[in-house]
Amino acid sequence: MRKLELSKSIAAVSVALLAFAPGIANAAVEPETAFILNSFSFLINGALVMWMAAGFAMLEAGLVRKKNTATICLKNIALYSISGLTFYAIGYNLMYLDVTGFIGSFSPFWSADDTAALAGTFDEGSYAASSDWFFQMVFVATAASIVSGALAERIKLWPFLAFVFLMTAIIYPIQGSWVWGGGWLSEMGFSDYAGSTLVHSVGGWAALTGAIILGARKGKYSKDGRVSPIPGSNLPLATLGTFILWLGWFGFNGGSVLAMGTAEAVIEMANVFANTNMAAVGGVLSAMVLTQILYKKVDLTMALNGAIAGLVSITAEPADPTIGMAVLIGAVGGVLVVLAVPLLDKLKIDDVVGAISAHLVAGIWGTLAVVLTDADATLLVQATGIVSIGAFVIVTSTILWLALKYTVGIRVDEEDEVNGLDKAELGLEAYPEFGPSS
Amino acid sequence: MKLIMAVIKPFKLDDVRDALTSIGIDGLTATEVKGFGRQKGHTEIYRGAEYAISFLPKIKIEIAVKSDLAEQVVETIMNTAKTGQIGDGKIFVYDLNNVIRIRTGETDADAL
Repeated sequence: MRKLELSKSIAAVSVALLAFAPGIANAAVEPETAFILNSFSFLINGALVMWMAAGFAMLEAGLVRKKNTATICLKNIALYSISGLTFYAIGYNLMYLDVTGFIGSFSPFWSADDTAALAGTFDEGSYAASSDWFFQMVFVATAASIVSGALAERIKLWPFLAFVFLMTAIIYPIQGSWVWGGGWLSEMGFSDYAGSTLVHSVGGWAALTGAIILGARKGKYSKDGRVSPIPGSNLPLATLGTFILWLGWFGFNGGSVLAMGTAEAVIEMANVFANTNMAAVGGVLSAMVLTQILYKKVDLTMALNGAIAGLVSITAEPADPTIGMAVLIGAVGGVLVVLAVPLLDKLKIDDVVGAISAHLVAGIWGTLAVVLTDADATLLVQATGIVSIGAFVIVTSTILWLALKYTVGIRVDEEDEVNGLDKAELGLEAYPEFGPSS
Repeated sequence: MKLIMAVIKPFKLDDVRDALTSIGIDGLTATEVKGFGRQKGHTEIYRGAEYAISFLPKIKIEIAVKSDLAEQVVETIMNTAKTGQIGDGKIFVYDLNNVIRIRTGETDADAL
């Protein structure tokens, strides 16, 4: 169970608490100090995760053509904002409040309750209520960010944002409640530390159904089945975005220790930081070597995807592996992404930034890889989680995409696509001084 | 008067300019152009798929000179723009009928 709910089910929670911090009874710090440190961890790590929104924005801005740059930037800041609003309005309670098996509470508008702490009572593992809300909120935005990159350069702005609204309000919180909210998958023993499946694969599944229903960009696949690459407009920006995501990931995985009030928690967080870093290292290097072997050239954008794939791969279990094991887990992710990108192209599924390969494929691998280092995890239970969450997201996102497609439409018309979404949707250009867009 | 137009490799532009000014040429126009000749294009690779670059970037320079200078200019461009590799470019020489300097209204040889 990811979120340490303080209130009603003390018995169930204490088991989870013990799993996280077996030595907590001997904690050297005062309960109030632990409360402060736990809250501090959520806030500082949550701020790092928020910064991942900048990473996604830059990565995607670099990998689209310049005529679609302003639109993708707008989509990224808009989806981050919408995610926050929906998580406040409905998402958090649906994911964490009174979860009974398959769903939490539909009670709207979450509000902080710090009564116990303000009265001087600091339960073990407790934290300021809003620090946890903030930390969970930035995760929702990450899932939504994954979708925007895959569908870039041809999806209409407002229908995309409508999808984000419904995905972050309903799809993400419901499947999240099954694991981090303490629902049925959590009870079964499914383990997903920081969200290889819950965040990354969920974004990846929604991107996959969206990419299939939306169709490929005009000109990407010729009639004879050949792929006509559409190179990104700014690879330094894509590289910066990847570095920002890498930095943000320390908060993503590190904060998911969910505590900082004991030496054990801090040791775990340090291990998580080191493993997260080294998995990305493995992903970059394996993607570089494999593209050199396959294509006789090193592909920068694949190396960037390799970093993301390595990070996604370690996210399901960043605490238990040794550093060497983390490198290996990440390296397999890097290999998978290099193989998955051309495979999707063969299927004519057009993913502009490689989001499906990096987040979905590596997310599945990372979730299965938990069994390598966590003796309590079983392949069967991990696979059950992957399949059930996958099926849920495939079905719900397909319904949403189709509903949007046959009502308001999700694709810009051909002329707008040729002229670029910046002119069609925003009426401006990202780089007006660099000559006409092509 | 002659108009000499040459298409050269972009990185040779500064060498050609220096060589031309040293023989007394005090003006030229350079344009970034794309094209193909015997060099054809080349392929690049992006995310596992190859694509053809069928037009290569070149620089086009144009110089208007008195007829007696034309041969020397052509020779200078040939010597400085040459690498010996395919894709060094070509030089074209046209007859030039009129030249007018906009500021003063001078014409022909006075305007060069």
